[in-house]
Amino acid sequence: MGKPLLDKVWDLHTVRELPSGHAQLFIGLHLIHEVTSPQAFQSLRESGLTVLAPEQTFATVDHIVPTDLRARPLADPLAEQMFQALERSCEEFGIELFHLGSGDQGIVHVVGPELGLTQPGMTIACGDSHTSTHGAFGAIAFGVGTTQVRDLLASQCLAMQRPRVRRIRVTGELPRGVYAKDVILHIIRTLGVKGGVGFAYEYGGPVVERFSMEERMTLCNMSIEGGARVGYVNPDETTFEYLRGRRFAPHDGAYDRAVAWWKSIASDPDAGYADQVELDGGAIAPTVTWGTNPGQAIGVDERIPRFEELEEEDHSAAEQAFAYMDLHPGEPIEGTRIDVAFIGSCTNGRLSDLREAARVVHGRRVAPGVRALVVPGSDSVKREAEAEGLHEVFVAAGFQWREPGCSMCLAMNPDKLVGREVCASSSNRNFRGRQGSPMGRTLLMSPVMVAAAAVEGRVADVRKLFS
Amino acid sequence: MGLERVESVLGRGIVVRGDNIDTDTIIPARFMKTVTFDGLEEHAFADVRRDPEGRPKGHPFDSPRFAGASILVVNRNFGCGSSREHAPQALGRWGIRAIVGESFAEIFFGNCIALGIPGVTAPRDDVYRLMDAVELDPDQPLELDLATRTLRFRGGTLSIEIPDWALGQLLEGTWDATRTLLVARDAIEETALRLPYLTGF
Repeated sequence: MGKPLLDKVWDLHTVRELPSGHAQLFIGLHLIHEVTSPQAFQSLRESGLTVLAPEQTFATVDHIVPTDLRARPLADPLAEQMFQALERSCEEFGIELFHLGSGDQGIVHVVGPELGLTQPGMTIACGDSHTSTHGAFGAIAFGVGTTQVRDLLASQCLAMQRPRVRRIRVTGELPRGVYAKDVILHIIRTLGVKGGVGFAYEYGGPVVERFSMEERMTLCNMSIEGGARVGYVNPDETTFEYLRGRRFAPHDGAYDRAVAWWKSIASDPDAGYADQVELDGGAIAPTVTWGTNPGQAIGVDERIPRFEELEEEDHSAAEQAFAYMDLHPGEPIEGTRIDVAFIGSCTNGRLSDLREAARVVHGRRVAPGVRALVVPGSDSVKREAEAEGLHEVFVAAGFQWREPGCSMCLAMNPDKLVGREVCASSSNRNFRGRQGSPMGRTLLMSPVMVAAAAVEGRVADVRKLFS
Repeated sequence: MGLERVESVLGRGIVVRGDNIDTDTIIPARFMKTVTFDGLEEHAFADVRRDPEGRPKGHPFDSPRFAGASILVVNRNFGCGSSREHAPQALGRWGIRAIVGESFAEIFFGNCIALGIPGVTAPRDDVYRLMDAVELDPDQPLELDLATRTLRFRGGTLSIEIPDWALGQLLEGTWDATRTLLVARDAIEETALRLPYLTGF
């Protein structure tokens, strides 16, 4: 029996088995940002250790960067302090920093792929749970905590338990108006927010094979919201074409040799899996969350579930979610009024996301009373979007066009909900308080659905706006 | 560092009820804007502890009955969501030395072990029994004994579960991974040398 990609990559990167039974896993690429690294560097210094492989370590700033006024020192003294700590550490240990003004700054999970740092067959780690994004390339990528960031800095290794692999095939053809975001929300809704614990999700099937790299990134990005720390797609021609010519990707003869190796690490056709799931892509609708975890989601044309339609173990969570969201069982989600529309994040802040959203926005106006913003995922996304004139489409419609960063996905910068505002958001988490107000409410959806909600002032079925 | 064995935890209990309590609830993201973990304990559960005007809402972490407790009792899928280690750090700095629950989110659980904070699980009925007992009599001592996988309280003794790998690290004192990993410096080098993408393919 053949092996899935996960096992091939895992075996290749295993340094040894630890007494604990974990693998000591070598990490080929370590990405760092300003929020989860300062304590790790501090602890490294206190222990008298140094960075083992600075050339395999890259940094950017994303979580706390303002997306409007970015003059230094930053207005927020704590944010400034984090910037300085990262600058100091990168300088001291010889780590390349894609900083503000470099032209390469952006959300770490947008920047890594677009610079060609992220490649098939690598192990990749970062102190951020959405590191699974990089799995889109057939890399094994996962989020770690700050203690593990210290491990990585010191040893370029992690102590890890090998996950089992669940293959998720998405068959058929996605209907018009349905995107990768809807597919992953549908998967999480189907398998549950903890259904993936202990698993790596291998996404495949015709729908995924037709996906662009950016769509695959959206899909893998939210694996962790379904409990799976790792999510990946086998590398194929789409992957190889995307990487060709990128700054840190192999060039010339090395590129051809790399492609041969990349092909070899894809899952074997007869690979064994711990579990297999098949979903009909044709049955997926534009999907919207109604609750306070990403699994509490329905098609935009469905009604918010009644208790009798939910598993009994989900009742208390649903009850709390209804109260918090002020939404009611049995009512439609379509038509729910919104106050804020946010397009951006490591899930959906890439060029194709902005292009699709701009198609919906074009010739329309943001509804009165709605605050709408577009935050490109990186300097590069922003440059390319502006070259296509997308910013003009958004601005003409009444959107704010911002500088790159994580922004209102987690509101560690000044972009926040206020009071009980409801936000239609292309981000990845609808947890209570996630978007900066302890009472703020989040409805997760695809960028085109956010665009539709922005112009209608309420949750709308984007399929009706396309036709 | 890395040599401290965690074999048992003795202390009073504190109960925080609810399924799927995520790390944004345990420590809201805005309190991660710090370059040290110092002081995080003040913001543990901040948004459910205080109303927007900063007045206490009667959360267990503010209740005098539970002051000084060190064993946190929780329900299902505790610590889901963001990978932030600030969550177990905030709990640890508040004084939590062990967590008993129905189940834990994977990254959160790993982050707890990496700080030497055992997370142990028990069936739902047992957890409820323990929660009721602790709320009724918060002064009673709880004793978590990892080697025998038991938790003693005034109402009896519960069997608890903890994955073997986590138990081994706690009992051996190898939960702090950095030194353990660096022991294999030569093998790290050998591994790097066999990776096509580090050797020009």
